[in-house]
Amino acid sequence: MSTATVENNHSAALDTAENAASHLITITLRVRRFNPEIAAEASWVDYQLQMDPKERILDALHKVKWEIDGTLTFRRSCAHGICGSDAMRINGRNRLACKTLLKDINPGKPITVEPIKGLTVLKDLVVDMEPFFQAYRDVMPFLITKGNEPMRERLQSAQDRERFDDTTKCILCAACTSSCPVFWNDGQYFGPAAIVNAHRFIFDSRDEGAEQRLEILNDREGVWRCRTTFNCTDACPRGIEVTKAIQEVKRALITRRI
Amino acid sequence: MSAETSIPSDTVEPTPTSAGAYGPDNPAPVIEPPRARTSRSPKKASRTNFEMWAWLFMRLSGIVLVVLVLGHLIIQLVLDGGVSKIGFAFVAGRWASPFWQLWDLGMLWLAMLHGANGLRTVINDYAEREKTRLWLKTLLYTATVFTVFLGTLVIFTFDPNIQ
Repeated sequence: MSTATVENNHSAALDTAENAASHLITITLRVRRFNPEIAAEASWVDYQLQMDPKERILDALHKVKWEIDGTLTFRRSCAHGICGSDAMRINGRNRLACKTLLKDINPGKPITVEPIKGLTVLKDLVVDMEPFFQAYRDVMPFLITKGNEPMRERLQSAQDRERFDDTTKCILCAACTSSCPVFWNDGQYFGPAAIVNAHRFIFDSRDEGAEQRLEILNDREGVWRCRTTFNCTDACPRGIEVTKAIQEVKRALITRRI
Repeated sequence: MSAETSIPSDTVEPTPTSAGAYGPDNPAPVIEPPRARTSRSPKKASRTNFEMWAWLFMRLSGIVLVVLVLGHLIIQLVLDGGVSKIGFAFVAGRWASPFWQLWDLGMLWLAMLHGANGLRTVINDYAEREKTRLWLKTLLYTATVFTVFLGTLVIFTFDPNIQ
């Protein structure tokens, strides 16, 4: 009796496994690989994989790294779209590998995976993020206040909170900044991510450092270099209206200076 | 924080290699960042509002130029027999009126400054070397000043009785 049950369960599990296997499709993952210790130039490497179309690009990269070639190097931390480590250029668009399903990006053709543009590639899909974080630090992304600290928490109305709600969503993945043509051509530009994080504090009613931040963004390399190409808004995996935020900073600068 | 592990492997090589093994005596080449952002770079920024005024000028002059240029094109090319009417006499007749002198002067200055500022931003965006920038901008400013000066001179010193 019990043996039969076990056998039944076993065959059911096997059926599931076989059915699942029939869902698998063959994809070609075309990765832009670069290792300065082996070759001076980057090159495309194709990997044939059996994947479920409902899996993500990150799963495909894991499959390559864990089963085919352990030297494949990429960043990922939480693997669920929160930490912002695995922004990469997938089929020519900046996306998070952990939020991109294979079925959503035409698995019939080779899927290209490249490091994000405009930052120095260190190895494979890992870029030097220092210029990006330098720009982030330059806009002073922390609360600036005057006077004594209050005895209780700094309260804020729901409307005041709503004013900058969109820009609090940033996870600093650099998808926007590395999709910006101005940043590609001149890495001195602050870039959309830094401006988004400045916006988050400039329009915070509890913060008193708006004038300093606006002064920083009034720079030659500040908001005025934005060409409103909307690449950043398209690239943002969190759906932040990045270009709108940049335009709001411009408007704040104009209305304060005139 | 990240899965940046790289397992050395002798069997898998993504690219054909000619370089030998790297080690302490034979270090791998250092990758220079293309344009490093140092802690100094934002601080030496100018404390002027020039970029803001330039940006604002582009928007405002653009709106005015739509009226000026479209009006100019309609008058020159569509009304009263179109382009065939344009001649020395037609120009002389128009510039007899201060209104058309001002119209053309405004169009000349706004269009030249609008275009020059646009090219300035293009140079800033795409010319990477300092020297290239300097020379391209010198050329741009010289051409702009020359054209604006020449055009203004002609508008105000135009003599309809010239032989």
